[in-house]
Amino acid sequence: MSVLGNTTLSFSEEQSMLLDVARQFCLDKSPIARVRAQLETDTGYESALWDEMVALGWAGIALPELVGGSAMGIATLVPVIESMGRAMLGTPLISSALAAQLLLRAGSMEQTERLLPDIAAGALATSALLENGDWGAETVELALDDERIMQGAKKYVTDASVAALFVVPAMHRGDLALAVVRADQLADGAVRPNTLIDQTKRSANVDFSGVRVDENNVITGPKVAQALRDVRLLGALLVAAEAAGSAAACLDTIVDYLKTRKQFGKLIGSYQALKHPTVDILIAMDSARSFIYHGATLVGDEPLDRDAEIACRMAKAHACQTLLYAGDRAVQFHGGMGFTYDCDAQLYIRRAQWSQQQFGDAQHHRKRLASLLLG
Amino acid sequence: MSASESELKEFRAEVAAWMKDNNPLDPGFLLPQTFMEVGDERQLEFLREWQHKVWAAGYLGLAWPQQYGGGGVEAVFQSVADQEMRRAGVPICFNVIGLGWAGPLINDIGTEEEKAKYLKGILTAEDVWCQGFSEPENGSDLGNAQTRAVLDDDEYVLNGQKIWTTMGNFAKYMILLARTNPDAPRKYDGLSFFLSPMDVPGIETRPIRKITGEFGFTETFFTDARIPADCLMGEEGQGWKIAMQTLQYERGAEAGAAGGQSMVRVTVDDMISQLDGVTRDGESVLKDPVVRDQLVQAIMEEKAMILGDRRSHIGALTSDYPGSLPLSNKLRATEMTRRMRQLAINLQGAQGALYVGDDEARQGGFWQRAYFNSFSATIGGGTSQVQANIVAEHILGLPK
Repeated sequence: MSVLGNTTLSFSEEQSMLLDVARQFCLDKSPIARVRAQLETDTGYESALWDEMVALGWAGIALPELVGGSAMGIATLVPVIESMGRAMLGTPLISSALAAQLLLRAGSMEQTERLLPDIAAGALATSALLENGDWGAETVELALDDERIMQGAKKYVTDASVAALFVVPAMHRGDLALAVVRADQLADGAVRPNTLIDQTKRSANVDFSGVRVDENNVITGPKVAQALRDVRLLGALLVAAEAAGSAAACLDTIVDYLKTRKQFGKLIGSYQALKHPTVDILIAMDSARSFIYHGATLVGDEPLDRDAEIACRMAKAHACQTLLYAGDRAVQFHGGMGFTYDCDAQLYIRRAQWSQQQFGDAQHHRKRLASLLLG
Repeated sequence: MSASESELKEFRAEVAAWMKDNNPLDPGFLLPQTFMEVGDERQLEFLREWQHKVWAAGYLGLAWPQQYGGGGVEAVFQSVADQEMRRAGVPICFNVIGLGWAGPLINDIGTEEEKAKYLKGILTAEDVWCQGFSEPENGSDLGNAQTRAVLDDDEYVLNGQKIWTTMGNFAKYMILLARTNPDAPRKYDGLSFFLSPMDVPGIETRPIRKITGEFGFTETFFTDARIPADCLMGEEGQGWKIAMQTLQYERGAEAGAAGGQSMVRVTVDDMISQLDGVTRDGESVLKDPVVRDQLVQAIMEEKAMILGDRRSHIGALTSDYPGSLPLSNKLRATEMTRRMRQLAINLQGAQGALYVGDDEARQGGFWQRAYFNSFSATIGGGTSQVQANIVAEHILGLPK
């Protein structure tokens, strides 16, 4: 058996159509000027635009029909998120989709039927996965006592300021559990926004101490750990998809400049010192797309198997490195312009640094790939 | 009529069984991994016999017309045969310039006479073919080729020099790009294409010793060499167009090759398994965290190649830069191979410094030789740097 393992990659007619729609929508609705207009707002996105995305069915695309979703599977989000990445279109779609996956994968029938319809209809949710900067940390400190009162905080919770619902890993009676917390249960000042390197994104530290969780909002049982593990991998895949899209947009930005800017009487794109690294970006971007759609081929509603895990980790490790390289070169190749805030290169180099740190960086995933592939 | 699943399955089993029974055992010397490494008569005769045997068994040239020695069946049968050859790890079908480039070209645009004269000998390995494109002063800049062909009555008189002629010293025929009109306004329009005999007074070859210490290429000198006028393919001035079509076959962008394996595939699995028993800091090299990270990156690079090939067949996922995957294929594949082989040696510890000929060299020095030979692919057929220019200009639209 080859160490390369599963190398399938398929794309359905349905996904194809969705990709077309998503590409066009993001292109039309998210020109760079509109992206820039959101850089310093509190929420980082236009709620009217989110409503349009919800109307397209994206909030519930991966959720069962029973809760108002379209049951197309989590993989269907890959072309959507890639398209959003290409247009640098923010919104809490990834946060909401992953929180919904946690509920779907770990929750009881009663809990999913009660909690998911709102998310499918566009209510915002997020999951609070970190207590420090270490994506490899195995332990959870946040406690949920016998009275279901929470003690502890989470860090870098994406879209926390706008989320109506938080899915929070907690230790409860000696086991890992998920606490579902409504925003209106949080104390005043519990959400403290972070200042992020990527101004199209939003996150916050959230103190859950003192919140008393509703009895029917505690999720326990053997599926919790598996669901958390799977959602981290799915998060890695979706961020990889977004990064692959942003890398493609970054490449376009570089190519446009190389085709118009003249120095020493020649278009700078004719210099091989710029031309060849640009081809390296194209090749890396091509591989990133191959990895994310390979990942999309292997993930589904059931627990992720070894092949799917390898695919998600490779996608994340490769796509985010690609965007780091593309963003870095975009600044350099724009020369003095590239050093300015007005140049779009800054959007990509900032996005690159943000993406790299979501759901584990490239080294984090390669270390785990080494164990999976080399024993 | 299209081949049925069961027919193909049956054929696959038949080929697999034949390859198993006929796979020649270790000949006692290192066999060439690619057709560019045939260095001596011993290797040549071994490979000639093997290719003839594969053809006689009916597993080569399956899609070529029957009257010219082919099988006259659908190309899918050849694909199956090729897959089974690869799986069985049999030696290469070495007459690649005939099988893969000259043959398809003659099949597609040759005259009846040319087809009858040349095609069968390509398949049987009786006629070895070589290619006269590159010149000492015009390696990557093929359009500037200066070797002259002057029509004199019913003969062309050739003068000039070619280089990097693979198997030039063994070849009976050459596909030759030569200049018939030095005054053409565009340099490309002065070129013509010939199917030239090699056994002619005035054509001499001199083997080139490679970095590996072995042979495989020649310099080829033309000094008032006279070849029949009907060796001209097409018409005068069509040389560039025909050469470009030939390169399409060479790059695999155009179908028509007779089949057979042109090179032994070396994978990242082979690279990892050669490390059996190698230690670093007193324990298996595969336990070293830095090495593990390098191996994961090598695995990812090879996996990305395969996934890229899968994706290139899905229109919806290749619409943004159409053609980028196939056009960058040579660049990606050859550079990956070079890097992987370099890493393979690096990880061998002190043994990495041993070479072919030292009985302690790992796998007989296979990786050292393979690393050196990998440059034939990053340089030949357009260097990686020229490939990058091509991708930049044709896919990204960057200026020349």
